[in-house]
Order: sequence, then C-alpha cells, then structure tokens
Amino acid sequence: MFVALRDLRFARGRFVLMATVIVLITYLVVFLASLTEGLADESTSGVTGLPADQLAFTVPDDAEPAGPGGGPTFTGSQVTQDQWEAWAQVDGVADAQPLGIAQTRATSPATTAAVTAFGLAPSSGLLPVPDDGADAVDVAPGTTLLSSGAADDLGAEAGDVVRIGDLDLTVTTVLDVDASYAHTPVLWTSLEDWQSLGAHLAPDAAPTTVATVVALTTDLDDDALAAADTDIGTQTESRHAAKSAISSYSSEHGSLLLMEVFLVGISALVVGAFFTVWTISRSGDIAVLKALGASTRYLMRDAIGQALVILAIGVGLGTFLAAGTAALLSSVAPTVVNASTVLLPAAVLVVLGVAGAWLAVLQITRVDPHAALAAR
Amino acid sequence: MDLHIDGVTLVYPDGEQTLTAVDDVTLHVPSGETTALLGPSGSGKSSLLAVAGGLTRPTSGTVTFGDGEPVFTPTTPPDDATRVRLTRIGFVFQQPQLVPSLTALEQLELLSHLRGRKPAERRARALELLDAVGLAPWAHKRPGTLSGGQRQRVAIARALVGEPDVLLVDEPTSALDHERGTEIIELVTSLAREQDAAMLLVTHDESTLGSVHRLVHLRDGRLV
Repeated sequence: MFVALRDLRFARGRFVLMATVIVLITYLVVFLASLTEGLADESTSGVTGLPADQLAFTVPDDAEPAGPGGGPTFTGSQVTQDQWEAWAQVDGVADAQPLGIAQTRATSPATTAAVTAFGLAPSSGLLPVPDDGADAVDVAPGTTLLSSGAADDLGAEAGDVVRIGDLDLTVTTVLDVDASYAHTPVLWTSLEDWQSLGAHLAPDAAPTTVATVVALTTDLDDDALAAADTDIGTQTESRHAAKSAISSYSSEHGSLLLMEVFLVGISALVVGAFFTVWTISRSGDIAVLKALGASTRYLMRDAIGQALVILAIGVGLGTFLAAGTAALLSSVAPTVVNASTVLLPAAVLVVLGVAGAWLAVLQITRVDPHAALAAR
Repeated sequence: MDLHIDGVTLVYPDGEQTLTAVDDVTLHVPSGETTALLGPSGSGKSSLLAVAGGLTRPTSGTVTFGDGEPVFTPTTPPDDATRVRLTRIGFVFQQPQLVPSLTALEQLELLSHLRGRKPAERRARALELLDAVGLAPWAHKRPGTLSGGQRQRVAIARALVGEPDVLLVDEPTSALDHERGTEIIELVTSLAREQDAAMLLVTHDESTLGSVHRLVHLRDGRLV
C-alpha cells in the first residue's frame, strides 16, 4: 500500500468524489433493506408469529391468483371439516387447528379501520404469547382480542365494542404483540364468529368449508407431509414459507429486492468503471514501477488495497447514515435495523465492489514494463 | 560486477515481416566503468538496453552479471526478470519517470520498500543519496514542484538506492540543455564508479561524454 495510500492523499479530490458516490449508493441500499424488512414484517408477522410448524392449504385447480410457482395462497385456500379432522388424525401431528383469515373493516366507537380477522377454534393455542409475559388468553364467541396495531388504528381498548360486518364484538384484551397481515393489523375472533362474517366463503365453496388453512404442530418430515397432503387433498407449507402465500407480500418483496440487487450491481459497476479509468490513467507509472522491479502481484495488491480503503470509508459512512436514519424513522415508518438489514448489505457492497475493482485492475497484468523506456 | 552481453539478437514482428533491432551484439562493461552506447535513432540502442535490463527477452544470446549464470536468456520467466531488475539493476530513463504522488524522498524509499527494507533503514539510505545528488533540501517536494534537472537527479538517486550491480541509463539528457546535461552525465558516472556498478549509457549526444570510459557505436543493430 506504499503507493496506494500516497495516491489517495495526492489525488484526494478524485477519491473523495468516488467515496461520496459509494456513500450515496450504500445509503440507498441499506435504507431500502431496512424498509424491505419492515414492510415484510408488516405484511407477514401475523403468520410468521403463529405458534405452529406447518400450514395446510387447499389449492383449487382454478385458483386465482396463484402463489409463486403455482403454490397456494391464503386467498384461494378453503379447508373443510373433513380435511381438518383428517390432519388431526395423522400420526406424528401433535395438533391440528383450523385458522380463518379474512381482511375486512372494523368500526370502533372512535373510528373505522382496515383489519385482518383471524378466526380461531376454542383453546386452539394459536394466539400469540404476549411479549410482556402476561398470561395466555383465549377468544370466545362475541368477543375479540386486538393486536396493539389494531388497538391503535381503531382507538379501542378493553371493554369497547367493535363492529365487524353485522357482528358486534366486545374487546376483552389488547395483546402487546406486533401482528400484521398484508399491512393491516390483526384481531382475533372465535372461528364461529369468523365464519359468520362470510368473507371466507367463495360462491362455489363446499358447504363443509370451515377455515382458510389448518395450522399443524408436527415434526413430520417432508416426505410424510407430502404423503398426507396427497391423501387429504391439501398442500402443506412451513410457517416461514407460508409468507409467500400472501399475494401482496410476494410482489412487494420481490420488487424491493430487485431494486436492492440492481443498486448493488450498479455500485460494483461504478467502482469497476472508476478503477478502470484510474488504472488506464496511471498505466505509465505502472510500467515504470514494473521496470524498476515491482511485481505484478505487488501492484495488484496495492491497487486492490486502495479500492478496499475507499469502499470501507464509503460503505462505512453510508451504512452509518442509513442505519441512523432508519432508527430515527422507526416510529413513523416500517424500518428495521438489525444485522441482516445493515451489516449484510454493507458486506455485499464491499465484496462486490472489490470484485469490480479486481476486474478493473487486472489491466495491470497487461502493462508492459518495456513501455517505461518510452518518453512521456 | 561486470556486465556481459553475449551474442544478443532481438527480432521484433513487424507486420507480416520481422525487424532485427539488435543483431548478434557482444559487449563487456567492467564494473565501476561506464560504456556509452552511441548511434542514430533507430540504431537499436534502446532495444539493446531493454534486453540488458530484462525488459525484453532476447531472441537469442544471453546477459550475465559477473561470473555467474546468465540472468536473461530467451527463456527467462518474467517474474525472474522482475526480481533481477529489483535486486541487481538500476534504471535511469529518458524522462525522469517519477511517480507524481510521491515526494523525492518517497521515490527512493519505494525501491527500498519493494526490497523489504525497514522504514528507518530505507529513509537513511534515501536521504544519503538525495544529499549526494544535491537535493536534500527538496526531499519532501513532489515531482510537479521540481525543475527538469532536479527530477533527473532524483531519478539517478532512485536508480542507485538499491546499490545495483548494473546501471542502465537511457538518454538522460535529452530534455536538458548542454550544461545541465554534462552535469548529469558527470554525476551519474561518478556515483556509478563510487558504487562499483557497471554502467551502460545510451545517448546520441557525444559532446556530454567527457567522463565516460569507453564509447561504442551501434548502427542498424550491430556494433561498428
């Protein structure tokens, strides 16, 4: 790094400009990653927070819209009483509970808000355990439990009456949990009340349709699950993979990830282009250094070290600013600051930036030391 | 250490034909002495210097330092040639060819750094040589703030910093007036003599060569 560090000091303006570009790109990538994670949470936390291992969907032949790769969707899935009971009898399934999911509107004494109603059978065990360690609760017909987001949006608290469709439900508890589905907060009702909402029933639904999916507590392996699916006429997805069955999540998440990938790619190209031009402009110096006895390996290491310094400064500063902004905005925007949203994109930017720089400085191998004899 | 150039021929591809830049040249430069290589443009002086310095592999023939094995042959790997240049050869080019981002002191320290010398050791040696070429007060100046003569003096000091066996100098006065050109030649020949280096000096200006030991002429790639 003997020459590299002195070049950085000598051509300060050029390198500051380059580092600034990297800061801006890093800021965009890290903030976008933070937002992507936050939006994903808003879209899926109601499902990913379920205390279940697998979810059994039905996939009608003409199901629209289909999930990614033709997989199941919550909007297309309708499980029957028979399917629920069949899953409950499968060896290796500790528990099988019907779960109804319907997006709707709820009206409180204060306001009206979009919510997602999760319908649960009595003592289903599918209610989330409150973050504050409060005792587990259950939901009875004629009552509802609100997530903290639903309580905020409705301006409701325990004892209030919330109207959903034709049903008046008394709020028994506000659970201190973050549970959302497709960007709407979750409230929980009894399965009986949920069914009476009618939101789950397609015009041609089987008369025995009871819920959207069956939530399974099981340690069955993939082959055993697939065999049971074939017998029962369902398609099972892990709780984590079931995120993709939320139609809006897949398209939204895919679009944001694509933007991140493009930005990271652009960053690598910008770094590569800068070092291509820089290497070409100093090819005369490189020829002289080679003629004086500097090995190609030394010169490559020197140039890559220089790129690494610029990337470390640019990515470090950009990451710090983006993480700071995301943390400041977390109360008003769905941003998440953690290792996967901050350190991972930063590391990817550095690795791909070095790769871009490495491809650019490969030109050093082609510089002929004989050129040092030419007058400049 | 003596420089032996034995039967060196260098043939370049020239379109569909070939061009013989150096034709069966044999030359011996004793250590501590300077041999000036004279000839018109295109006579093969710089090509012979490139072969002697391992910048180009000869088509045939060898280059040997002292009584050892040849250091440059038609099959010498580039990495081996680079190592020889670093440890045994000093170069002074037609233009000073200094690295713009380095000060005069750092130009010299770089060579010691490449050789793995410790910082204190390389700084002391660099200052000693800058003093020898009369540039100690300009040690911390970059090339852009030095005159042409000063830059060439830095280049000479850089060539000598590794105490090379062989010093190869390619028309160092081409950008200088006669007086400063003569000074530069006298400086480099005296320093080479002090360090007991064999020096091959390429030039086309015979009037500046009062201090060299031997003159040889090259024409069309052959010694005459």
